[in-house]
Amino acid sequence: MNILSEIGESLQRGEDDRVGALVRQALEQRCEPHRILNEGLIAGMDVVGEQFRLREIFLPDVLLAARAMYTGLDLLRPLLARDGVPTAGRVVLGSVHGDLHDIGKNLVSIMLKGAGFDVMDLGNDVPAERFVDAAREHGASVIGLSALLTTTMPVMKEVVELVRARGLAGRVRVIVGGAPVSEAWAREIGADAHGYDAANAVERVRALVAARG
Amino acid sequence: MIALLERLRSGEVLVGDGALGTLLMTRGLRPGAAPEALNLSHPETLEEIARLYLEAGADLVTTNSFGGSPARLRRYGLEDRTEEINRAAVLAVRRAVGDRAYVSASIGSSGHLLKPYGDGDPGEIAAGYERQIRALAAAGADLVCIETMTDLAEAVLAVRAARAVAPALPVMATMTFERTRRGFFTVMGASIEQAVHGLTEAGADILGSNCGNGSAVMGEIAREFRARTDRPIAIQPNAGLPEPRGGTIVYPETPEFMAENAKALVKLGVAIVGGCCGTTPEHVRALRDAVG
Ligand code: B1M
Repeated sequence: MNILSEIGESLQRGEDDRVGALVRQALEQRCEPHRILNEGLIAGMDVVGEQFRLREIFLPDVLLAARAMYTGLDLLRPLLARDGVPTAGRVVLGSVHGDLHDIGKNLVSIMLKGAGFDVMDLGNDVPAERFVDAAREHGASVIGLSALLTTTMPVMKEVVELVRARGLAGRVRVIVGGAPVSEAWAREIGADAHGYDAANAVERVRALVAARG
Repeated sequence: MIALLERLRSGEVLVGDGALGTLLMTRGLRPGAAPEALNLSHPETLEEIARLYLEAGADLVTTNSFGGSPARLRRYGLEDRTEEINRAAVLAVRRAVGDRAYVSASIGSSGHLLKPYGDGDPGEIAAGYERQIRALAAAGADLVCIETMTDLAEAVLAVRAARAVAPALPVMATMTFERTRRGFFTVMGASIEQAVHGLTEAGADILGSNCGNGSAVMGEIAREFRARTDRPIAIQPNAGLPEPRGGTIVYPETPEFMAENAKALVKLGVAIVGGCCGTTPEHVRALRDAVG
């Protein structure tokens, strides 16, 4: 088997040590870091995401796969930076105020980083102002909000309104996601996009950055 | 008051209460604040809500202690007040219901995923549950209600803790399932069959499901429980799945709609019918009328 697909499959099984060993091996074989990332780690994680969406696998499998992804990503990051792969854009990301759920947000963060975005992860329980302040200070063009509770979803609306109130609309786009969050909710609160899973979030963020030009 | 399990064994159907969190929010609980802190600062609010549910016809009224384990309270710097907070939770409901309803001591997830998926140490989490349940039992709770569990291993830790420190109290344990193509599973991957087996083995007296689904899907879940256990079954649905409307979230099931589905639950042999997220005293009143 091709070592890249072997990395992907090992990642799907959540074998973090083996993923690390295989990534090292691939590098020794002079495989390019971005190919290891895209055709190995990200390809594997895409499968995990899709299987989880269909509930063919469950949260424990996702968590172990994410850990394996981190192991691989940590090995590749310095090499990718050295290769001078230009950043795809800067994203401020976090779970909204009152929300401690961060597993989904972390997956989105991993996948965005994997796709070359410069991600500033503010963690969980993040107040609306912090998102907007951070986006302005760091010149991020996208704010990514995650919420898993119906009681914290309205905080997303606060962030959208704050972006407008600060005159950043158009310059800073907002993408929302999390299990209870829908396209309809995104529209209602005036967010610019909704991502239904981590891979989809990457696509949507790419589109937002492209639209901004 | 006649013992809970005796009533259930005689075939009586009991009514649970409805949501607590949303009522607390309309009474000033801020998102991000510890709901259980209100037990100390605003016990009268909890007493008022318990009275609303009692008057609506609930036979079991839940304490505000879902997040009252030391592991959860630690996030708010309240770990040292575990005993006080849980005691106050029971006393508030007791003041409202006297002996006209059972005081159901709520226990939720520890907030930590167990190792190796998260940082939760099983021994520590078990000890935390024991500490919480000891306080709830000492304050006079009538049953332990372990709810909204998705990790069977954690639910089993809670049931065992209850058995160990409050052997005289009945234990109800309910988990949250999702419908998948291959049947119902929790997000952590526990099937109904595994839940029945694990919770029964650990010593739960009443089994079932709460949260995560509306009353129609809960009918299917109840049927699966019925096929696998002779123990009393408790089912507490959400008022449907939340929908966005006008920038806020609305739970769509009306009291009448839920009451119709509750009749079907009773026909299946469900022993305790109540509500979870989005349900109100009006829903409980409708359930009461439907159940008889
Ligand atoms: C920026 O753009 C984007 C784009 C896409 C984005 C995005 C952002 N963010 C996410 N996505 C998307 O991509 C990800 C990858 O595909 C996806 O992310 P998700 O996050 O959806 O998916 C994750 C990969 C896996 N899913 C998860 O991680 C959530 C799983 C469940 C079981 C869950 C967990 C694990 C936890 N919980 Co909580 N918890 C539940 C969940 C039940 C369930 N069946 O989902 C849910 C969400 N919890 C709930 C509740 C009520 C709570 N939880 C609480 C606590 C916890 C734990 C701490 C124990 C733990 C979180 C651990 C952690 N570090 O995150 C409490 C609240 C704490 C707080 N203030 O936040 C507590 C209040 C109490 C409780 N029941 O335990 C329920 C919410 C009900 C509601 N709709 O409001 C719940 C549905 C459980 C249930 N009752 O059925 C997509 O949504």
